[in-house]
Amino acid sequence: MSTRITNNTDKKSEPSSTDEFIKGLWRENPVFVQVLGMCPVLAVSNTAQNALAMGLATAFVLLMSNILVASLRNFIPKQVRIASFILIIATFVTIVDYAIQAISVDLHKNLGAFISLIVVNCLILSRAEAFASKNTLGKSIMDALGMGVGFVFALFCLGAVRELLGNGSLFDVAIFPESFQEWIIMILPAGGFFTLALWLVVFNYFKVKKAKG
Amino acid sequence: MNANHPVSSQTNTSEESKKMLIAMVSIGIFCALLIVLVYEGSKERIDRLRTEALEKAVFKVLPGISNTRMFLLGADGNFTPVEAPDGKNPVVYAGYDDAGELLGVAIEASGQGYADVIRILYGYDLHSQTLVGFYVLESKETPGLGDKIEKDENFLANFKALSVKLGPESTRVQNRVIPVKQGGKSNPWEVEGITGATISSRAIGNIIGESSSVMVPLIYNQTERFKEYAQNNFSKQ
Repeated sequence: MSTRITNNTDKKSEPSSTDEFIKGLWRENPVFVQVLGMCPVLAVSNTAQNALAMGLATAFVLLMSNILVASLRNFIPKQVRIASFILIIATFVTIVDYAIQAISVDLHKNLGAFISLIVVNCLILSRAEAFASKNTLGKSIMDALGMGVGFVFALFCLGAVRELLGNGSLFDVAIFPESFQEWIIMILPAGGFFTLALWLVVFNYFKVKKAKG
Repeated sequence: MNANHPVSSQTNTSEESKKMLIAMVSIGIFCALLIVLVYEGSKERIDRLRTEALEKAVFKVLPGISNTRMFLLGADGNFTPVEAPDGKNPVVYAGYDDAGELLGVAIEASGQGYADVIRILYGYDLHSQTLVGFYVLESKETPGLGDKIEKDENFLANFKALSVKLGPESTRVQNRVIPVKQGGKSNPWEVEGITGATISSRAIGNIIGESSSVMVPLIYNQTERFKEYAQNNFSKQ
């Protein structure tokens, strides 16, 4: 995180807001490159819908906590910053929990305990600590949006593959014919590891290729 | 701690702690206010959605009904119509058709599943003396495996006509509902399990077996109470 690839068209040391957004999507993707926040990534990515809902909930908490941390960064003393961040994150997780219950009982039923677990998602704390507490509000918003979208994208990639192979469907719509033998292991936690490993291979392949070329 | 202390480093520490305290307390108060605000704002809708979900479930497990009424099972073993559950005694939901005729009763039951307690609702049809519907109200079963108890068509087919026929004296169920392996169903009172969700599907069979062996005779012998309510409350055409 310390070295940033600078954009040639911009000032050498100061990446632009768009760059803050783009880096989360691809170059510093929270799941595929930073490998952060693995608990929900492996646990709730068994169907595309769960993965998408979980990703959006996490992205919302990330955005709101980044906004608050960035605006309060000069007010929070250094010694109690982590405690303050946790307090802020926990607040928004509680809010998301209520919001999901108010949106749909079924969705809340599916995500279960993993909503409350967003609070210990290291992705959110790491963005608060490594970025929002040191940067302006505008940049922190762009950073949170980029990381949030990157996280949703990554979770969706996993969820789609696992649901497709493990259940033969996508968003509960059957894709494969009836005769398709479901790979039950893809639905299980082990399938989460396999799928994650495969996506990491894909990402690293492109990274190596780019470095060589 | 003394603000008039001559040593400056002391003053600094005290000021720093004050700053920390102010920051933590004000963030805490702000967060608490935010949570209370959202809680109050969403409470009504959440409660309504929950009640709606339960009501929808009652209509799901009792096909053909158009009215439903909550009854509380008192400590004396008698059912009385109530507005809301008291949180201690079990409740059932009587289902009536357009003409106010009693069709069946939806019964809430719960028991230990694989991950946590599973709460279910099932429908008891009085005329055929069978269980005609089943719905999971709350479960934390493994997504993709244990939660098949909510989706697996073959499993749900168990609850189209699951026999809970009463014995000759009408005081107990002739054959208690029991779980069996997938493909092993040979009697109308058996619940066929799911391969890959063995524990969860067995749990459902046991929960229903336990609950129905108690509730079904009670309900059957108090049918008049449920009918009486309809006569007094639903206008007949």
